Amino acid sequence: MEPFVRHRGSAAALPRQDVDTDQIIPKQFLRGLERTGLGASLFFDWRAQPGFELNDPATHGASILITGPNFGCGSSREHAVWALAEYGFRAIIAPSFADIFFANCCRNGVVPVQLRPGEVDTLMQRAQRATVARRYDVVVDLAELAVSDDSGFSEPFTFDPYRRELLLRGLDEIDRTLLEEPRIAEYERLHP
Amino acid sequence: MIASTAKTLFDRIWDAHVVQQLADDVALLYVDLHLVHEVTSPQAFAGLRAAGRSVRRPERTLATVDHNVPTGDRSLPVDDPVAVRQLDALGVNAREFGIELFDLASPNQGIVHVIAPELGATQPGMLIVCGDSHTSTHGAFGAFALGLGTSEVEHVLATQCLVLPKPGNLEAHFTGVRAPGVSAKDLILALIGRIGTAGAAGHVIEYTGDAIRTLSLEERMTVCNMSIEAGARAGLIAPDDTTFEYLRGRPRAPTGAAWDHALARWRGLRTDPGARYDTRVIIDAARVGPQVTWGTHPGMVADITGRVPNPADLATDHERRAAARALEYMGLTPGTPLAGIPIDRVFLGSCTNARIEDLRAAASVVRGLRVAPQVRAMVVPGSQRVKREAEREGLDQVFRDAGFEWRNAGCSMCLGMNADVLGAGERCAATSNRNFEGRQGRGGRTHLMSPTMAAAAAIAGQLVDVRAWRRAELA
Repeated sequence: MEPFVRHRGSAAALPRQDVDTDQIIPKQFLRGLERTGLGASLFFDWRAQPGFELNDPATHGASILITGPNFGCGSSREHAVWALAEYGFRAIIAPSFADIFFANCCRNGVVPVQLRPGEVDTLMQRAQRATVARRYDVVVDLAELAVSDDSGFSEPFTFDPYRRELLLRGLDEIDRTLLEEPRIAEYERLHP
Repeated sequence: MIASTAKTLFDRIWDAHVVQQLADDVALLYVDLHLVHEVTSPQAFAGLRAAGRSVRRPERTLATVDHNVPTGDRSLPVDDPVAVRQLDALGVNAREFGIELFDLASPNQGIVHVIAPELGATQPGMLIVCGDSHTSTHGAFGAFALGLGTSEVEHVLATQCLVLPKPGNLEAHFTGVRAPGVSAKDLILALIGRIGTAGAAGHVIEYTGDAIRTLSLEERMTVCNMSIEAGARAGLIAPDDTTFEYLRGRPRAPTGAAWDHALARWRGLRTDPGARYDTRVIIDAARVGPQVTWGTHPGMVADITGRVPNPADLATDHERRAAARALEYMGLTPGTPLAGIPIDRVFLGSCTNARIEDLRAAASVVRGLRVAPQVRAMVVPGSQRVKREAEREGLDQVFRDAGFEWRNAGCSMCLGMNADVLGAGERCAATSNRNFEGRQGRGGRTHLMSPTMAAAAAIAGQLVDVRAWRRAELA
């Protein structure tokens, strides 16, 4: 996994709540055997609709997604995160995330940042004013646990220390867990 | 002051599975049963192969094919080459890593959350995982059962362990007695309507109260199944005699002295008096009527006697916009009575409501009647075992005589990965669990409800209150 320490990139606004993983990547794209090839199908059905936020050229090339509460609810499909990552997103900022989606992000180097609703609204409004000529850049700093922009926005966020460490160092979680091999073997001995 | 040692059921199961505390609230937990299916596992096995790892406990791992399987004639080869590739991949992976697989030819094949319980593989007190969000179903046995992404599936295959921050604990207490015509599906939809699709985020729900105790084990599975639609990590119901009687004699349940030993252990799986939950919700089951969703997530739900809401009446701007978008997608006008909305399709199936009791309940509604001429209705049993049992009882003939298609087991039109999909604009009465945009097919419109409500809708050709409709039929 690619480490994530600090990322600066242009932001795209998706002002919707309860965005489910069926929307992020519809089922017809779950039929493969690989983790790749999904970026082009991100939000497949919505992209066919005029007026969909990510069809706006001002959002193209964005690497930070700013969206509404309960993002990533529904199906556990990790394909949703693979699609977001391949499309170019490195961080997602929202008031809240669905649990499985949050965990999936952390295992793919995509950082889900939870800010207060009012803070997300501020970033959302600024991102919505972006144009092709004038992008809106945001900085997500996992080392300092802060989100900032060039217009004076600077807010801290919290992140569970265990997952943060894995992200910061880009560690393979299986390798990390296998360091506990003696404990696992002991558990198995006590619970045959 | 002495700290309370009273534990909730969830605390008890959690504590019994901690291998190692990794950080303040993050533990390494041992997994008792890992269920695998064809859609979320290929990348996990590929990861194992690439790293030269093996499956740590293949005998604690059970695989089947369900999401991407055809539900038509099983004597014919699968005619979808993309599906074949995924089905074959699971076959290869199961053989290479030594995992038991119930493939399309197996008499035990079916939806993963239907087959593990019916085999008795799901047992109280276990930690059960699967790369599928509806793993919460198994909580009906008093197991901590949760859905994972594919990276975590790979992690469990390699280590038999799961890294998890400890969720909070929410008690959903259902008092009172259900009215006739009201099902377990209505109870859980009513809860989701009350607390919202993120209402239990970060929490495990324990369902308690008289209205839960009196549910059959299969009804409890319906309730726990949809915990995820309230955002919960899992749902739990303390095991009792209903649970033990369900398990007794199942193929994978313990026998003899092992059964007695297990039973003694299982009886201790309960919440101590005085144990604290982080949150508590109380619902009076007697006041819950048959529920129908009107929008594009399961929290957009109302009593069948209600009307399509007016977005303008909702509290926040976010909610107003979401509801307006949902109504546009669903092709519904505010103020329209829910009863009377015409439908095109009926889907009786899914891990929520395709067990034998569900099929019996639906069959009792359609017996001797005909599906409305403009409606296409299908029954997709949750497993081949359920299908055989239904056929033994003659339920297949009841459905066929009424004009339903009688199909083979799989997830089918719950998520529409196979050929069973809605066309754009088609409106479906479904016993499944998600009414998301495009879930059952691009442009398809899903109304979630109980099996008897869906069965009645099939006959009436429109959404109906199964209680009033029954009376009208008898008159």
